Amino acid sequence: MLGGIVVSVLLLAIFLSLLLSSRPALVANGLRFLTGTEWNPVNDSFHALPFVVGTLLTSFLALIIATILSLALAILMGEYFRTGPFASIMRTAVELLAGIPSVVYGFIGLFFLVPAVRALQLALGVPPYGVGILTSSILLAFMILPYSASIGREMITLVPADLKEAALSLGATPSETIWKITLPYARSGILGGILLSLGRAMGETMAVTMVIGNSNGLTFDLLGPGNTMASLIANEFSEAAGDVYLGSLIEIALLLFVISTLINIVGKIVITRMAEGT
Amino acid sequence: MKISRIAVVGVILTVAAAVGFSQSIEMVGAGATFPAPFYSKLFDEYNKQFGVKVNYQAVGSGGGQSQLKNKTVDFGASDVVVTDEVAKTFPAPFVSVPMVAGAVVITYNLPGNPELKLTSDIVADFFLGKIKRWNDPRIVALNPDVKLGNTAITVVHRSDGSGTTAVFSDYLAKVSDDWKSTVGVGQSLKWPVGVGGKGNPGVAGLVKQLPGSVGYVELIYALQNSMPYAQLKNKSGNWVKASLASTTAAANVAIPEDVTRVNLTNSEAADGYPISTFTWILVYKEQSYDNRPQPKAEAMMKMIWWMVHDGQRYAEALSYATLPQAVVAKAETIIKSVTYGGAPLVK
Repeated sequence: MLGGIVVSVLLLAIFLSLLLSSRPALVANGLRFLTGTEWNPVNDSFHALPFVVGTLLTSFLALIIATILSLALAILMGEYFRTGPFASIMRTAVELLAGIPSVVYGFIGLFFLVPAVRALQLALGVPPYGVGILTSSILLAFMILPYSASIGREMITLVPADLKEAALSLGATPSETIWKITLPYARSGILGGILLSLGRAMGETMAVTMVIGNSNGLTFDLLGPGNTMASLIANEFSEAAGDVYLGSLIEIALLLFVISTLINIVGKIVITRMAEGT
Repeated sequence: MKISRIAVVGVILTVAAAVGFSQSIEMVGAGATFPAPFYSKLFDEYNKQFGVKVNYQAVGSGGGQSQLKNKTVDFGASDVVVTDEVAKTFPAPFVSVPMVAGAVVITYNLPGNPELKLTSDIVADFFLGKIKRWNDPRIVALNPDVKLGNTAITVVHRSDGSGTTAVFSDYLAKVSDDWKSTVGVGQSLKWPVGVGGKGNPGVAGLVKQLPGSVGYVELIYALQNSMPYAQLKNKSGNWVKASLASTTAAANVAIPEDVTRVNLTNSEAADGYPISTFTWILVYKEQSYDNRPQPKAEAMMKMIWWMVHDGQRYAEALSYATLPQAVVAKAETIIKSVTYGGAPLVK
């Protein structure tokens, strides 16, 4: 109860302090902040659209990659290797992934992923930057994998054995049992894990900054460089001079806060609907 | 009897320690990251010799300016001269003392890491995205001995706000009207092309990872990491390789009365490297604000005096370019102009 109150008050306080600190920018930028595509500190022109697009592109692309991998992992760990040495090695490995500092992920991305993506870009005949939206999405996918995989495993383990046994006794194959019994039963929990990892992907900063290319223009090109809201703040906050510039960065933070909240609410509604459907 | 004697000795020791402690002076500074290794060396040496402790936080030039403005530090440090516009927002007049000089170099990733020769218009066109391939006739004409393939040029710039970018863009704006009108000068810019890396290590990392890339880093960083960098043609038409000597030489120009007006980029000096700059320490002109103790203000100004004189001998070993004599003389005048209750702190 007390924890709940503290968390709610804290969230409200974060929202209010972001709102207050970004006031000079809210006034100066107006609604153009949301629709404009220019970010130019030299002439105090600050628009958020390129970074909103960058954030949504990287996190949803990462989510798609991570969901496929984490579902496979969750089924493997929850159905086939529940106990035994291999199971505990795998479980520890996945949990360890969550504990690696993001700057280390950034370096791994820079030294292994960037050359790989570069080779792909050369093969496709596009400018071989190596860094970019695709690179950071793949890196993000590995970073958020442990969250959805661990929760997914937990949920699959919780599916009652008699349900599965009933399906098997009626002649269902093991894979039919997984697709028709286990996954639908664990659906809402698995989706909850995915939603949690989405929030993590949207807020990730350091690793993204290192491999996204930090190019501040509006782009939908997955193979080209871009930037995200969190990465922009990390890059420019310490040297932002002037009330409007600093305020605009805080306004970006406010926008990220609002977008995360909205996506979470929508996600919760979707999960509840799906849970009712079973 | 014995116990009381021990107690007396104890009391004397405690008092002595307290007196000694109250005499040790501590101060706080914050600002530019570029001179941070130099400053930490200097503050460490100064503490050993004179027992004055300085806590310096390398938060960036912008942070240094705003922390001095808010009076949360004793001195600020900045790679860029505070603009008149920003200076107006300070609560009181302050002075900028030049400390040491640095240079920005053009680095690249080409097979065999050759030493290229580049002119200012080529450098500007790289970063404007107008030259797209390394075998551009203009580059080939200047570098007949270097094998330049058809590799695409990838521009790498700083993604974080930095004094390095400010100096570099100041240079480009001076040599290219196009740059001046479309991009401008600042610590953060709207880059027409390329990818961004955070800090010197970020830019260097990307340049190393991307064949055919070109970027800019501080000279000290390129030296420490053995990165290749280009010779530039300076304003006098001479080819100059960035070095500590050519950076100091860039400051070998007529120094205006107000030394903060001196701008070393595209220097007129015959053997000066064209992308050079001073880094500055900022202090309030009148030190008696907020009931600051006079000994502290005096110790600080004495230390700054020491930094532009004796401290300079630590510069070279750390790859910083020393101040030329004419600039040291100006710095002396500035330091002497700082007062406490109207009386100068250093005579």
